[in-house]
Amino acid sequence: MTLKKNILALRQKKAIVEKGGGEKAIQKQMAMGKMTARDRILALLDAGSFHEYDMFVEHEERNFGMEGKELAGDGVITGTGTISGAPVCIYAQDFTVMGGSLGLKHARKITKIMDHALRMKMPCIGINDSGGARIQEGIGALAGYGEIFYRNTLASGVIPQISVILGPCAGGAVYSPALTDFVFVVENISKMFITGPNVIETVLGEKISQEDLGGARVHAEITGNAHFYAQSELECFQQIKDLIDMIPHSNQVKAKRITPKKPKFSKKIDDIIPADPKQPYDVRDVILALVDDSKFLEVHELWAANIVIGFGRLSGETVGFVANQPLYLAGVLDCDASDKAARFIRFCDAFNIPIITLEDMPGYLPGVDQEHAGVIRHGAKMLYAYSEATVPKITVILRKAYGGGYIAMNSRHLGADFMMAWPSAEIAVMGPEGAANIIFRKEIMEAEDEDAMRQQKVKEYVEKFANPFVAASKGYIDAVIEPSETLDMLLHALEVSQNKDDYRPAKKHGIPPF
Amino acid sequence: MPIDNPEYVDFAVTARKYKTLLTKKYMNRKIWNNPSPFEIQSIIPGTVLSIFVKEGQIIKEGEPLLILEAMKMQNRIQMPFTARIKKINVKIGVKIPKDELMIELEEVIE
Repeated sequence: MTLKKNILALRQKKAIVEKGGGEKAIQKQMAMGKMTARDRILALLDAGSFHEYDMFVEHEERNFGMEGKELAGDGVITGTGTISGAPVCIYAQDFTVMGGSLGLKHARKITKIMDHALRMKMPCIGINDSGGARIQEGIGALAGYGEIFYRNTLASGVIPQISVILGPCAGGAVYSPALTDFVFVVENISKMFITGPNVIETVLGEKISQEDLGGARVHAEITGNAHFYAQSELECFQQIKDLIDMIPHSNQVKAKRITPKKPKFSKKIDDIIPADPKQPYDVRDVILALVDDSKFLEVHELWAANIVIGFGRLSGETVGFVANQPLYLAGVLDCDASDKAARFIRFCDAFNIPIITLEDMPGYLPGVDQEHAGVIRHGAKMLYAYSEATVPKITVILRKAYGGGYIAMNSRHLGADFMMAWPSAEIAVMGPEGAANIIFRKEIMEAEDEDAMRQQKVKEYVEKFANPFVAASKGYIDAVIEPSETLDMLLHALEVSQNKDDYRPAKKHGIPPF
Repeated sequence: MPIDNPEYVDFAVTARKYKTLLTKKYMNRKIWNNPSPFEIQSIIPGTVLSIFVKEGQIIKEGEPLLILEAMKMQNRIQMPFTARIKKINVKIGVKIPKDELMIELEEVIE
């Protein structure tokens, strides 16, 4: 009987914190089309699985009228729970509490749950919805951000880190998501920028809306800061669940294995690729024809669409795909595509996910803008990432593999374990037209009919070199296979590389060109 | 995202043209213009605080042309080489974007 009073008092205390910034602020949050922080956590996690930590943490600021000001949970909810039964750490900034502003204690709640995630080896999910640093706390807020970035970096490559942008995320706050592995954004809700529209207009006179400057679409399509783009918060949560289901939950465990399912893609794999190397197709159809249940979780769908990356399962096991996309920009490599693929390859390698590369690319994108944007430096990231990776690396050359792109797309020379080519593959130093123009320059120039001679020489080059057999004769390609044999060959390759052990010289760390 | 009725364009990579779609970013890319030494452009957006020269004047290399205030810094824009001021395209107090043609020069023929 004696405890009843205490229990009731506790319940009362909890109820106050659970109301966040209060009814009015919650109404305002909902009027902006946003869920509350608590509802977000409950919607994302398995029902009844959420356990909150640090509910009664209070800020310690005494200046600028902050003394005696009570902020529920100091503006952030933290805790653990499960997604499809798998434990995760989670935090959600509560915009109804002083705009979700980040003070030192708010940050310390976050770093505590991050430390927990790292120690217990589980994914850490952060839901960002914050006006930024709590100005009243001054440098304390900056310290808080710094401590979060430090942990993001330590946890990188050990546990998957996921950032969900469900509101403003501006100034220094953007750098935690940028350091994490996957960033999720939602149309009309997510806003990310270093300096907002007001500052930009005052300083530079450039007028731009928040949405146009750093809205969901901008980051999903232009900057590449966001990996997943959704129309609603609920769609976004489903994407997170799909990702959590697909990837390993630390670098010491494998991804969940599911019962293998046959691909259910309707088109026959032999019929996907046009024989004419100049004609486009959607390389995702090839992936769908291979993966279990034809389920492919594409990452960075909208950004650098000329390369496709994402996860799928082969016979129940998670693999990563990197595929040139002839549908966009003819599937060339450029700054963004190299950047996109390189980071993905490094994620797969860190988490022991085998990488399957599907190659059909005509070369690098020509242009002053590309050269000046540093395509040399960005392109080098991809060479580095493939060469560095020690997971099983399998390449299937579908059609074109020309020049530097042939080397970059996980060639034998960068340490590929298995190189396969379809009979449609063209492995050559460059496209036949370009090569013929150089090799037979004299013959073409001296001919009576230059065009006819050029056509003839191009044809000769195509017949001799635009095929997989020159590379196969040198042992650069292990097997030339029919498209319909691809899945069997991939499964076989994965099976025989179960115990892959790849030597790398001991070092503190390499210095990738980023 | 599946594409309905795609409209492919010809896209040249080295000596061959491919049928493909373009990305928004590619279409919005900046087209390179060889900069003329006779065109003084803003290298940063800002506000013109003062202009020291007039059209028709011959100005010596290194002499100040105008002050462009940007990011709270007053940047003194100098004459790159001795030439005549052909045209001044900016006014005092006006905010200008990056790469704006501020002053046009012409060669002094003696």
